[in-house]
Amino acid sequence: MLAQLLPSLTDGLLLGFVYGVAAMGLSLIWGVMTVINLSHGPVIALGMFATYLLFTHLGVNPYLALVAVAAFGMLLGFLIYGVAVHRVLNAPHLSTLLATFAVNMIIIGVGTAVFTTSPHNIDFPLGSWEIGPLTLPATRLVATLGAVVITGALYLFLYFTRPGKAIRAVANNRQAAELMGIPSARILALSFGLGTMLAAVSGGLIATFFPFTILSGGPYELKSFVICVLGGLGNPLGALLGGLLLGGLEGLIPTFMPVSWVPVVEFGLFVLVLLVRPSGLLGAK
Amino acid sequence: MKRKSLFLIFGLAVLGLVLALFTQPSPSAAAETKTVVIAFTASQTGKLNVEGMRQINGLNLWVEQVNAAGGVKLPDGAAVKVAAKFYDDESKKERVQELYTKLISADKADFLISPYSSGLADAAAVIAQQYNKIMITAGAASDSTYKKGYTLIYQSYTPASRYLTGAIDLLAKLDPKAKKVAIVYEKDKFSTDVVNALKAYAEGKGYQVVLFEGYEPGATDFAPFINKIPAGVDAVMGGGHFVDTTTFAKQLYEKKVQTKMIALLVAPPEPKFAELGEACISVIGSSQWEPLANYTPELAKAAGLEWYGLSVADFTSAYKKKFNEEPSYHSAGGYVAGLILQKAMEKAGSADTAKVKAAIDAMDLMTFYGRLKFDTSPKAHGLQVGHDMVYIQWQKDAQGKPVKQVVWPEAGKTASAFVCPVR
Repeated sequence: MLAQLLPSLTDGLLLGFVYGVAAMGLSLIWGVMTVINLSHGPVIALGMFATYLLFTHLGVNPYLALVAVAAFGMLLGFLIYGVAVHRVLNAPHLSTLLATFAVNMIIIGVGTAVFTTSPHNIDFPLGSWEIGPLTLPATRLVATLGAVVITGALYLFLYFTRPGKAIRAVANNRQAAELMGIPSARILALSFGLGTMLAAVSGGLIATFFPFTILSGGPYELKSFVICVLGGLGNPLGALLGGLLLGGLEGLIPTFMPVSWVPVVEFGLFVLVLLVRPSGLLGAK
Repeated sequence: MKRKSLFLIFGLAVLGLVLALFTQPSPSAAAETKTVVIAFTASQTGKLNVEGMRQINGLNLWVEQVNAAGGVKLPDGAAVKVAAKFYDDESKKERVQELYTKLISADKADFLISPYSSGLADAAAVIAQQYNKIMITAGAASDSTYKKGYTLIYQSYTPASRYLTGAIDLLAKLDPKAKKVAIVYEKDKFSTDVVNALKAYAEGKGYQVVLFEGYEPGATDFAPFINKIPAGVDAVMGGGHFVDTTTFAKQLYEKKVQTKMIALLVAPPEPKFAELGEACISVIGSSQWEPLANYTPELAKAAGLEWYGLSVADFTSAYKKKFNEEPSYHSAGGYVAGLILQKAMEKAGSADTAKVKAAIDAMDLMTFYGRLKFDTSPKAHGLQVGHDMVYIQWQKDAQGKPVKQVVWPEAGKTASAFVCPVR
């Protein structure tokens, strides 16, 4: 049992880092503007395809391609915010929910027409590393490293730069921030752009080790909701912790029961946490 | 006035004659120009598109060859041309039933070919039987579809219950001391049927099935299953369809799983599987047909069977010429589905459903694809009982490139199987 537990838990935790990055975007957008972004999953899938296209058509190293994918994600975020979110931001939550759901359907529709729903794969093997009793695919280790770097960069941005501080100020109290001269409309757009950027980059990381279709973002979007609750709603850095918790669970559960029980336990936990601590385990900031 | 009326009557008579000439074809012309619509859905997109497209390529090649030869020749000298009609089912069951209804009602299909995969074919079979249309299934190995009391559904593949059992026999030959088998499979209709039969067969032969666990269709992360494979396992078997099985094989390699044999479903016989590079080497797959297969008129004669259709070499070269790729068993399955209808129409002398059905029921022949014979008992009507599997293994050629070799059964092998190297 122990022999199985160690590799299983390690695999789960490595994946948890990437889950964390995917969830950070969702958490940031919720934290700043209380919008449940239902276009999160398709944006993850677009990140996968952007990395794929850069790799297969232009021969760009998939990890270097993430820089371009991040810029693409940011611009896409500005576009989605300007077209679908900004006008309904002060309307009831259902309006933003429907607006982002419409964006979700548009991306999936256009994506299906362009890429079809056939699976794609980035064939960029890096071999495996053997560390003691563990055999770890290098792509997952690099993705983990990428996730740590991204989280660190997000932390530095939010806590040590003026726009980052402005985002936190708007998240804390938008009216007060506006009274202090912070241009909230621009900050909201920036937050949305950052959120979609994180989603697209996480998609790019996932694409280096799993095959994907335009519908592949869906399961990560669902996991992101669970992670946001575990890590604290509106707490983007807590999302990494939530991701690790979820990844750990995904590694732990198969050791004791069939793998098909993983979603049952995950979503059971999701409901339980919502009942006991509606703002998430680590609370909102 | 009277003269005017006479002219009018004469004019009308001439007009009538002209119209009759142009609108009423002669009986012989009607027989010569008859066209039957053969309809199907194709998984052009979605998770089954690799296997689905190969199947459609094979079928389209048959359509093209039949029409180029002037159509299916009936005993009375008439010919029946074939028109293919199809839609993309997106590899989705819900699309299949909607589209087959449309193909029958709106497109006036005469005969149906199944979509690829047991799940989709099972969904289409209900509609075919309901509308009294013969459907030849290709890429639909699951046994259960043919045990539902249908009378018009005919299977061209070897059933799932005999799909991987030969791998156990091969394992016994490869290493008589082997005892432990791990089975990880896709939880869909076809794969579940295959592994249930495999498990029973393995246990019957004295093997210990140390892991028997299924994954959801569409799974991409197999690490949780691979971590469960106990050390010292002699064989890893299972898989499902092309995409998941290819990913599973890749991750088995990345996680450096040590075992003597890896035998997986569907993906290994596909030429595209070679794109895995080193990860494909030593992987064994069960195949319905291979270009190396030795089905010949001589073999048919020795077995006391009628030989029908083109040779293995002719099929392979025609397919390569048209699609610029090696045909896989999915391609051969698509072609042979058409060939079954062709032979049945020829024998029945008609495209009438009841007569063609009687001809298929009585069919027992050998083609480039192997023997074809259908169960006609009410219990399993349409189940394939004549065709057998071959097993391939990916090995390296002289240049070190991956190459497929037939390794089982012993009689038809092109190379000997080897144990998985240390990874």
